[in-house]
Formats: sequence, C-alpha cells, structure tokens
Amino acid sequence: MARVVVDVMLKPEILDPQGKAVHGALTRLGFDGVASVRQGKRFEIELDGEATPEAVAEVERAASTLLSNPVIEDFVVRVEAGV
Amino acid sequence: MRIGVVTFPGSLDDHDAARAVRVAGGDPVVLWHADADVRGVDAVVLPGGFSYGDYLRAGAIAGMAPVMSAVVDAARGGMPVLGICNGFQVLCEAHLLPGAMLRNEHLRFVCRDQRLRVENAATSWTSAYGQGQEIVVPLKNIDGCYVADERTLDELEAEGRVAFRYVGENPNGSLRDIAGITNARGNVVGLMPHPEHAVDALTGPTTDGLGFFTSVLEGMAHA
Repeated sequence: MARVVVDVMLKPEILDPQGKAVHGALTRLGFDGVASVRQGKRFEIELDGEATPEAVAEVERAASTLLSNPVIEDFVVRVEAGV
Repeated sequence: MRIGVVTFPGSLDDHDAARAVRVAGGDPVVLWHADADVRGVDAVVLPGGFSYGDYLRAGAIAGMAPVMSAVVDAARGGMPVLGICNGFQVLCEAHLLPGAMLRNEHLRFVCRDQRLRVENAATSWTSAYGQGQEIVVPLKNIDGCYVADERTLDELEAEGRVAFRYVGENPNGSLRDIAGITNARGNVVGLMPHPEHAVDALTGPTTDGLGFFTSVLEGMAHA
C-alpha cells in the first residue's frame, strides 16, 4: 500500500475570496503578521499496490481530469513515504 | 419537439425547466444522470441546483456523469444544449464551453431579479430575442463568478460568443460582466441566471425567460 497526495491550489493569478475572508478573520482574531492566505484542497489517495511510476502517472491523470480544473487550478502530486 | 431535462442527484430546477418547456409548447423528457443515452430528444436542458452536492467543484462530478458523454457527443453534432446556473457550470466542466465559475467575489449567495442584455440573438436559445434586448430573470447562486484567461475572453468577445451580460451592478464579480456564453456554433448556451423561473406572470418576475424555449422550438420547427 502506498499513499499519494494531490494538492490543488487556485492559480496565482486567480482571485481567492475565500482565502481573503480567512485572512480577514485571522487578523480580527489577533493573528498578526499574516501577509496573505490562499485556500486549496488536499487529496490523500491510498493505492491498492505500490507507487510505481505507472500508478503515479495514473494519479496525475486523475488530478488533471477530475481533481483539478486546469482553467483555474494547479496541482502537485507527491508520493508520501513510509505509510 | 422533445426536449430532455437531465436530473442529477442534487438538481433543483429540473421540474421548473420541464414546465418551461411545456409552457413554450414543447414536450419535456425526463433524463437521468446515469442514463447512457439521451432517448432521441431534439434538445437538452441541464438545470440548476447543486449536482452531487457540488462536491469537489460546482458541476465537476456531473460533468463526467454517464449521461454527459451522450450530451457532449450530441452537442458536438449540433444538438441544442442549454445549461442554466449549475448546468452552465456542468457545461464548463464538460469542456463544451470555455472558462470556469468561482465563488462569488463577495462570498454571499445572491438571489434577486437580474437585468441582462442579450448580446447574441443568433444562438439556438436566443433567436426569439432582439439583439441588445434587455430582459429580467431571477439569479440565485453562490458560485457564479465567471472567469477565463484574457485570451479566451478576447476570443469570446471577438466572435460574439458573449451571449448575455449583466446590466447594472455586477452581482458576482464575473469578468467583463459576463452572464452567459455560447459555443462557436451557437447551439450550446450556458448562463447563470434562470430563464425557466420567468415563464409565468404568476410565479416569475416577468415572462422574459420564455424566449429561450420558444427560440429552440421555433428553430427546430424550421430545421
């Protein structure tokens, strides 16, 4: 068994009103020194087998077709060690 | 004329869409998200709501529902397809229309009667309107902020593919006040506001929405 993590974030040029609202709340609660907040999504995918290059390529395909929308989002796929 | 209305788990406005089809003189046909085909209908409406709970992204999972393969094929073949609100999001996620929808800029759900300008009265769903005509139909959404990259937006403008624009205050931050767009062929139209809620003076703010459905019926009668 292996775990592959996919992080999906809005592209830098896309406005993130949710991140901005979180930033506003942090400031209101006294968490100082926060310059900005961007909100994203994290998917933890447990594979049936090992994280072979083929299996990881398949997760990348899933990330680019369903897990993220390439019009507004970027994604990063990484294999989590020692699960 | 048979117009299919797709029901996804979480669709809300499928019954109103079917009713609008009936009021306009067409025969609504119930289509289910898990169907493998579109039952030989002449056109399809993807209604508003929160398909699959809008989990992941609005319209994302619905965009890959079994029935959508058939809808995408038929749309590429020229069949008229209208996506309203969540249906517009589904059309974007299914790559029948460019761009994507984000959370409203001000993060609040909007529900109001919205004035729109018909910017393209030559599509399958807008031919009953005059070019530049203003209409008022309900708008209700939280993920209604239309975005696309500058190149795509310029292309849409240059090709007359901005079908509707918000008039007055922009309700959700949509780029260039875009309320709805069409594909190059003009058979696929998506918009955030709800024409199907404005087909009867008793329940709608106007009957301005009826023209969507009479447009497509008229077009098919002459096809």
